[in-house]
Amino acid sequence: MNFLETLKTGVSSILTHRLRSILTILGVMIGITAVTLTVGLGQGAQGQVASEISSLGTNLLTVTPGSTTSAAGIRGGFGSASTLTLSDANALSNPIVAPDIQAVAATNTRSGTLVAGNNNWTTSVVGTFPTWLGVRGRSITQGRFLSASDIANQSNVVVLGSVTAAELFGGRDPVGQSVNIDGVPMTVIGILNTVGSSSSASATSSLDDQAVVPFTTLADEIVGGPNRDSLSSILIEARSASSLSAAYQEADAELLALHGITLAADADFSIQSQQSVLSTATSVDKTLTILLGGVAAISLLVGGIGVMNIMLVSVTERIREIGLRKALGATPRVIRRQFLIEASILGLVGGLIGVALGIAGAVILPHFISNPIKLSIPAMAGALVVAVGIGVGFGVYPAGRAANLPPIDALRSE
Amino acid sequence: MKLDDDDSSLSMALQQESDNKAKMKPVIFVDEIRKVYDSGAVKVEALRGVSFQIEKGEFVAIIGPSGSGKSTLMHILGCLDVPTSGRFELAGEDVSRMNEEELAAVRNRRIGFVFQQFNLLPSLNAWKNVELPLIYAGVDATRRKAMAIAALSRVGLGDRISHRPGELSGGQQQRVAIARALVTNPALILADEPSGNLDSKAATDVLGLFKELHQSGRTIVLITHDREVAAQAERTIAIRDGLIGTSLEEGGSR
Ligand SMILES: Nc1ncnc2c1ncn2[C@@H]1O[C@H](COP(=O)(O)OP(=O)(O)OP(=O)(O)O)[C@@H](O)[C@H]1O
Ligand SMILES: [Mg+2]
Repeated sequence: MNFLETLKTGVSSILTHRLRSILTILGVMIGITAVTLTVGLGQGAQGQVASEISSLGTNLLTVTPGSTTSAAGIRGGFGSASTLTLSDANALSNPIVAPDIQAVAATNTRSGTLVAGNNNWTTSVVGTFPTWLGVRGRSITQGRFLSASDIANQSNVVVLGSVTAAELFGGRDPVGQSVNIDGVPMTVIGILNTVGSSSSASATSSLDDQAVVPFTTLADEIVGGPNRDSLSSILIEARSASSLSAAYQEADAELLALHGITLAADADFSIQSQQSVLSTATSVDKTLTILLGGVAAISLLVGGIGVMNIMLVSVTERIREIGLRKALGATPRVIRRQFLIEASILGLVGGLIGVALGIAGAVILPHFISNPIKLSIPAMAGALVVAVGIGVGFGVYPAGRAANLPPIDALRSE
Repeated sequence: MKLDDDDSSLSMALQQESDNKAKMKPVIFVDEIRKVYDSGAVKVEALRGVSFQIEKGEFVAIIGPSGSGKSTLMHILGCLDVPTSGRFELAGEDVSRMNEEELAAVRNRRIGFVFQQFNLLPSLNAWKNVELPLIYAGVDATRRKAMAIAALSRVGLGDRISHRPGELSGGQQQRVAIARALVTNPALILADEPSGNLDSKAATDVLGLFKELHQSGRTIVLITHDREVAAQAERTIAIRDGLIGTSLEEGGSR
């Protein structure tokens, strides 16, 4: 008996037992759709978290001035002067000293009151350099960012976050307007892109509410005095995520040397990576993945048990058929093959409908819920394999056992 | 492989081949066959040491009261069940030594079995039931259908080929079962009460059919309760309580 005949027998058997076939297909289908959507939701959420973290700046190290109250307390400590200076930042941006550092942006951040017409708004004013934009991984949606000549000329220009611009100018086009920062008149030259999203207001809203001015302008016209060149932070961008720790080492060593400190424990600065943010996010991710993975596994299990039941019942009620076919000259191998074909067809049809429904759900559902759904090919493939495997296993194994009985024993079974 | 409608079928050729291998061997040789049904609590000894032989081309009737072990014996002869002990040779070959492939070939090509309970597949119509053995014999679809319809016509069911078993009377179902046993043109036909559900006219027709097959060289073994039917056979084997009894009367035609 050739394969084509077996295939025909299998297909006609599927068509004659319509209800049973539909139930099997449904079982497989539900399991796979559920897995596709739950895993998709999980991955969608992960993707969202990851993109928000990268909005904080990837490969970013932040050097902040440390306390000066250690054994080497004589260092620093004049008034509120920072232990970090512009020359530290310049040293770190030297590629010979720190080859793994891509770019450095020294910042001096202070709170300032911005006044435009009748509106006033208090926010953080960041004095920095043109490199800031790249280091922070930001972009400009309108106008332009600070240029080298703005730094050199101490231009009275400001780039605003989108929230700040909206607070000060409402719906009007802010670019070209003037704004007073702590009484110093400035011209708005650009607007930063929006990175915050409704779902994580606390984490990223400050990124959309700030005023960025040339470092030199801030130092001379707003800060002044002896602290004019002191820094609130040095932002460092490593060349890549993998060179982050090398960049950390280089920055640490260079600053210790510049500050004449021999013991790392006495350091008058500290370097933070996004590690803490990342690790929090990663642990949230893990919890989410485990949770959704569990839900997916349970739906697959339920679907699988459904398929298993239908298969076992259908084979049991067909043991007489197996006996008869054997009495008429079918070998156990041909019978096993027939059941294998039937189970595979049912499993694959159910599986493909399940995958199609999952994809349809991933396209349609985000219109009704706020969560994105990211389809995972391995999850779909895995679910397909498990569902088809269960169908085939529980369809073929008992059929094969029945096919090894003497035909009369199979024919007599109830 | 191919099967022909006429008498020089391949199954005959196969039969011939094994006959040549085992010259003069009887088609059926059973020696001290026992069959015990052991369903845990109760043991039923359905056959208690049965020995006989049937030569090629014989027409034998097996008679005996209900529960005497006739069907049990017939299933063993048809290679559908295995004896608990004893020896069974089919055309000189020890059946207990055959593997699944060989057994399948024997059931498919050398033996036509008519079940007492018909054993038709309820989801298939008459001709699809009849063509089943041909599927396993590797006959192509168009020839299968033609052969199935021819076999159904032969048992007088040419006008019922597309009815399902549930749409047929008991006697009609029995004739579908007979057509299925004949469709491969087997050399040995084993029929378990083939006329049990038929009126006397239909029973006579079926018996005539078996006689015709017998005349064309086939070996026929049939079980019956009916002494008149048994009288048509060449020889009668009587069975009682799982043992061969004295044949009360020898077949009429001898
Ligand atoms: N599967 C089985 N399990 C247990 N006992 C069985 C089984 N099949 C048959 N028997 C017993 O074996 C004995 C012989 O049964 P068998 O079917 O061979 O009788 P029979 O001669 O064909 O009867 P009938 O003329 O009524 O068909 C009976 O006593 C029956 O109860
Ligand atoms: Mg019986």
